[in-house]
Amino acid sequence: MVQALQKQTEIKQWVDVCSIEDIQPDTGVCALVNGEQIAIFRVGATEEVYALNNYDPFSKAYVLSRGLVGDRKGIIKVASPIYKQNFNLKTGECLDDETVKIPTYSVQVDEGRVKVESCF
Amino acid sequence: MAIDGVMESDMVGLRNLIVIGNGMVGHKFLELMVKKEGHHDWNIITFCEESRVAYDRVNLSGFFAGKTAADLSLVEPGFYQENGLKVYIGDKAEIINREQKKVISANGVEIEYDKIVLATGSYPFVPPIKGNDATGTFVYRTIDDLEQISAYAKQCKTGVVVGGGLLGLECANALQNLGLKTHIIEFMPRLMPVQVDDLGGQVLRAKIEELGLTVHTNKVTQEIVNEDGKVTKMVFADGSELETDMIVFSAGIRPRDDLARKSDLTIGERGGIIIDESCQTSDPDIFAIGECALHQNRIYGLVAPGYKMAEVVADRFSKNGNNDNSFTGADMCTKLKLLGVDVASFGDHFGKTSGAKDVTFVDSRQGVYKKLVLSEDGKYLLGGILVGDASDYGTLLQFVQNQITLPPHPEDLLMSPREGKASLATMGVDSLPDTAQICSCNNVSKGDICRAIRDDNLRDVPTLKKCTKAGTGCGGCVPLVTDLLKSELKKAGVAVNNHLCEHFAYSRQELYHLLRFHQIKSFGELLEKFGTGKGCEICKPAVASMLASTWNEHILSTPHVGLQDTNDYYLANIQRDGTYSVVPRVPGGEITPDKLIALGEIATEFGLYTKITGGQRIDLFGARVDQLPHIWKQLVDAGFESGHAYGKALRTVKSCVGSTWCRFGVQDSTSLAIEVELRYRGLRSPHKLKSAVSGCTRECAEAQSKDFGIIATEKGWNLYVCGNGGIKPQHAVLLATDIDKETLIKYLDRFLIFYVRTADRLERTATWFNKLEGGIDYLKQVIIDDSLGIAAELEAQMQSLVNTYQCEWKATIEDPQKLTRFRHFVNSDQSDPSLAYVEERGQKRPATQQEKEIMRSPGILIPVS
Ligand code: SRM
Ligand SMILES: Cc1cc2nc3c(=O)[nH]c(=O)nc-3n(C[C@H](O)[C@H](O)[C@H](O)COP(=O)(O)OP(=O)(O)OC[C@H]3O[C@@H](n4cnc5c(N)ncnc54)[C@H](O)[C@@H]3O)c2cc1C
Ligand code: SF4
Ligand code: FES
Repeated sequence: MVQALQKQTEIKQWVDVCSIEDIQPDTGVCALVNGEQIAIFRVGATEEVYALNNYDPFSKAYVLSRGLVGDRKGIIKVASPIYKQNFNLKTGECLDDETVKIPTYSVQVDEGRVKVESCF
Repeated sequence: MAIDGVMESDMVGLRNLIVIGNGMVGHKFLELMVKKEGHHDWNIITFCEESRVAYDRVNLSGFFAGKTAADLSLVEPGFYQENGLKVYIGDKAEIINREQKKVISANGVEIEYDKIVLATGSYPFVPPIKGNDATGTFVYRTIDDLEQISAYAKQCKTGVVVGGGLLGLECANALQNLGLKTHIIEFMPRLMPVQVDDLGGQVLRAKIEELGLTVHTNKVTQEIVNEDGKVTKMVFADGSELETDMIVFSAGIRPRDDLARKSDLTIGERGGIIIDESCQTSDPDIFAIGECALHQNRIYGLVAPGYKMAEVVADRFSKNGNNDNSFTGADMCTKLKLLGVDVASFGDHFGKTSGAKDVTFVDSRQGVYKKLVLSEDGKYLLGGILVGDASDYGTLLQFVQNQITLPPHPEDLLMSPREGKASLATMGVDSLPDTAQICSCNNVSKGDICRAIRDDNLRDVPTLKKCTKAGTGCGGCVPLVTDLLKSELKKAGVAVNNHLCEHFAYSRQELYHLLRFHQIKSFGELLEKFGTGKGCEICKPAVASMLASTWNEHILSTPHVGLQDTNDYYLANIQRDGTYSVVPRVPGGEITPDKLIALGEIATEFGLYTKITGGQRIDLFGARVDQLPHIWKQLVDAGFESGHAYGKALRTVKSCVGSTWCRFGVQDSTSLAIEVELRYRGLRSPHKLKSAVSGCTRECAEAQSKDFGIIATEKGWNLYVCGNGGIKPQHAVLLATDIDKETLIKYLDRFLIFYVRTADRLERTATWFNKLEGGIDYLKQVIIDDSLGIAAELEAQMQSLVNTYQCEWKATIEDPQKLTRFRHFVNSDQSDPSLAYVEERGQKRPATQQEKEIMRSPGILIPVS
């Protein structure tokens, strides 16, 4: 239902979802933005944040925000909590299966508030 | 009576296939025809002489144990009707007219045939002894026979079984169970002459006599004497006599080749319908399978070879069948439990191969006899005999069937692993044959994996997984795959490092030492001092576990929370749909009715699926993250604590009722199990820990399959360690005998912390033990004799963990900061809209992908609960 609306008008907008303090260092949270489930990860105790779709294509469950954050050979990534496939936080690429890539979103921290870009 | 298949069987144009005999093999043939869809191309007609359709003859004796004919039946209700097969029950095929291609039955049914399959089985051989037809003589083959035996036995006190073979012993068992004083008469010098040798026969005989049966070997019966036509006594060739009320003959079987003989098919010299590799008789339109068939001068009196023959013929008669399938013989390996005695023989068990050597082990105290037949060079196992303890049968058979090279001292295979030497269970991945299936999800064998490692030059587990698919399903086989990789690389001379992961160039054991020595209390600190990068899903949970088992701080407190694996992260077990299961601790499996009611009420309130786990407690499934704290609030109020089902930590200590209730119990196992579980609850370890306490040697709590298991003795407790169920089951090893409770706790403290400090990440105690140099002797020195001088330190570490224990859930629900994470969305109170359930057996279960799609289609609401 939401997907249908999306394409009509392409208005981009930053949506405020939470405070940076709501995300514990090296963990993720899930935000409901415009009907979509978006996983937002905070790397270290910094303001470095990334956003991926929360849907794990391997387990077909909405769980990625609950994965473990870390790096593989310098690439910052999250491991799915269910079957442990890793996803590049910057690109959404699956590091264990090059045929799989998941959507990423623009995200920023503005005066302590975490904001995700969404199309309306 | 005839059961008539619907229509199809009378359809014109189809050819007639007549199956004569509806025993185990005949029926298997019908089943296979249906499975391979060959039944669409034939009118299949079966003659069944007995008054009931095929039943499980192998478990015939179960009839005396209360099984009914219906229980034994092999035929699924409706099988004939639904698949269009016609069965003439209680009608014997009398004549095969090969000129007119017709079969004529005793009841006068006449049917033309295109092909015939003979599956007429065999009949019990009754030795030609004077008087063998008196009233009170029986055979043991059909349900009818058993009904007659059991009716007649009511008026008898003594019974005799003629024949001390496999069936004879089974039959003797039955007579004894009917309350008769039972004798076994064998004319050979030993029991089970086909399966065991002289020594084995002696051990077997001693065991059977212990059970109160009387065995007479070297006895030839000369006459059966009767009074008024009823059996009264037997007279033997040596002049001796034996009074008896009834006799059952079990002196071997003879193929039922009467019909084939009448039809002039070629018959073996000593009976049996001669068949070739495709099971064809001398008439190309007639096939024979099962016990009536003679293949290369051999009759197979076992059901498995008969099933193989059925498959060969069914393949030939089905369009999609494998036409090349052929019967090339079968091993006569047998394993059975007779009168509670294990007997097994396999391969060339009499050592007939030229140059064969053997190794034997006899323990007349325990009644155990084991013989291995080795090849001339001692490298391969050719066969063997096991009496009294056949637990190694499966593995030994693998050695024979897969031609696995034996370890340097094959005699060690006969001993229990007590001495810490090579034993079957502890030989690790190298002992597995190439054909051994490692990954059952994706059917990948050891051979496939080793080949991939060698040919594609693989060096790490992720690539190995990608190339072979092993470990990509449930993931349960990954430790085995990892061991295989390590072992293969070692063999290839590639240096294998035991670094925890790319972020730490140390083994887990080294890191643990560093962490304690430098008093490091957080992952960040450890990474900064001894690691690189940001960490990953391997090192983070591993370090979290080390921190917990050293400092015991709450795992969700700020520096640690980001390290936890999903399950620890939410103190619950994640399920396939992203919801969680909740397992409260039920120490020792003991639970009050009130607590059961509380569980029931909570499950009802939150709509949770409930199930009794394999660990003697109750699992509540389908809890959403946002529900977890509310559920736990109520659980804690009802007196429950976290069960740590989510953690690499102590899981359950199972118990049996023990001396409190059980008439055999010698100690109070339930109380001890509760005490042990409460002492070690919450202990974080390299992998999960499981335990059990049994109240006597009957071992109802299965303690010997646990990481640590305790079994009561008259004098105290026996402590077993390093057992495993799971993927590669292994028996625990005896560490200490007849110790009192204080000593037991002391040893356990030492053992557990020693394991926690030295094992690799995700290494269960059994795997750790298998790699431990010096085996059980070494472990005993460390734990009992304190050879490393660290016992006091190990005990102190455990005591400090015991003192600082807190229920993780209680602490969590009391801390608003920890609770903020228990919601699906950070910016909304909505729950995960993708969840969907359907009802099954009165409870909910996650909807499948397909069901979800149906629910989402227009007009149907998505039920979200
Ligand atoms: C719930 C339960 C099955 C059940 O419905 O009965 C269960 C469920 C799971 N088992 Fe188990 N095991 C359960 C008893 C067992 C037992 C039986 C026992 O404990 O007596 C065994 C064999 C004994 C043993 O461990 O030696 C068992 C051997 C395993 C293994 C294989 C371990 C091995 O060493 O080979 C795994 C995989 C692993 O741990 O890596 C596993 C893993 C799992 C996991 C955690 C898989 C996962 O990550 O999702 C399952 C999730 C639990 C959950 O969601 O709550 N489970 N599992 C049982 C919980 C018992 C409890 O009260 O805590
Ligand atoms: C007590 C007992 C225990 C056993 N235990 C084991 C064991 O542990 N392991 C093992 O492998 N094997 C065991 N066996 C052997 C196993 O039961 C046989 O190998 C198996 O039943 C052979 O199957 P079959 O179909 O060839 O013969 P059967 O099962 O004997 O079937 C043949 C059927 O054909 C019928 N028949 C014969 N002639 C005609 C005709 N002209 N017209 C119509 N019908 C006809 C017979 O009445 C019979 O019902 C045991 C057997 C017995 C009796
Ligand atoms: S409960 Fe255990 S055996 Fe059953 S599916 Fe899960 S892991 Fe496998
Ligand atoms: S057994 Fe290998 S992935 Fe399941």
